[in-house]
Amino acid sequence: MATERLAIIATKGTLDMAYPPLILASTAASLGIETAIFFTFYGLNIIHKKKMNELKIAPIGNPAMPMAFPPSMQNAITNTISSVFPGPPQIMGIIPGMTDLMTFMMKKTIKEHGVASIPELIEACKEADVKLIPCQMTMELFGYKYEDLIEGLEPPAGAATFMNYVLEADKPMIIFV
Amino acid sequence: MATITPDKVLDASGLNCPLPVLKTKKALEELQSGQILEVITTDPGAKADIPAFCSRTGHELLETVEEGGKIIFYLKKK
Repeated sequence: MATERLAIIATKGTLDMAYPPLILASTAASLGIETAIFFTFYGLNIIHKKKMNELKIAPIGNPAMPMAFPPSMQNAITNTISSVFPGPPQIMGIIPGMTDLMTFMMKKTIKEHGVASIPELIEACKEADVKLIPCQMTMELFGYKYEDLIEGLEPPAGAATFMNYVLEADKPMIIFV
Repeated sequence: MATITPDKVLDASGLNCPLPVLKTKKALEELQSGQILEVITTDPGAKADIPAFCSRTGHELLETVEEGGKIIFYLKKK
């Protein structure tokens, strides 16, 4: 049987950008596709023991962000705020604590909508035998040690390993996030 | 109403993409070939995703029933 392989490059370390690589990888693996995620640059935070629990949503520089009140916080007052400010005004991003507040609200919304958390999706990836590969060079760049990262990872590797993984397959696919 | 009697029922109500597909895959692993799994979901995305999962993996989608905001799938394990 022809081998199908999906290789995902995860380069971002915000909460929203941690979702696509993990959702695609866990799903691809359940469809029987051999899957690996190569975590590089800020994407390493997704598999960092401590930082994976502190991923944030950035209100600043994200004008598409809706004023997302979680369903349990929606009432006449919050609905009025949402109708006046469909998104938090960009200037509010400089207020200390704004990023944490937005992250708190997003996490609450995620939970109330039955969407999996990042640690849950990492577990789903591991169960489905997704290879999780940390990038050696960026680990050194950021001063992350292998033991700072979660259990169950592949050995740190570089671009050549990634290319080889992709090209060994009969049907290779690459997704860059 | 469905007349199919499942060997196992997976209630994925309230869960969103990709959890219904991931849980379906796991539940099927516990069944023997030819046995039937009932998957209950409330995720509208599952309407396209569960059939896509079946066509990729070769499990047979016997029937889809929609009732009261729930989408119920009957899958026969390959």
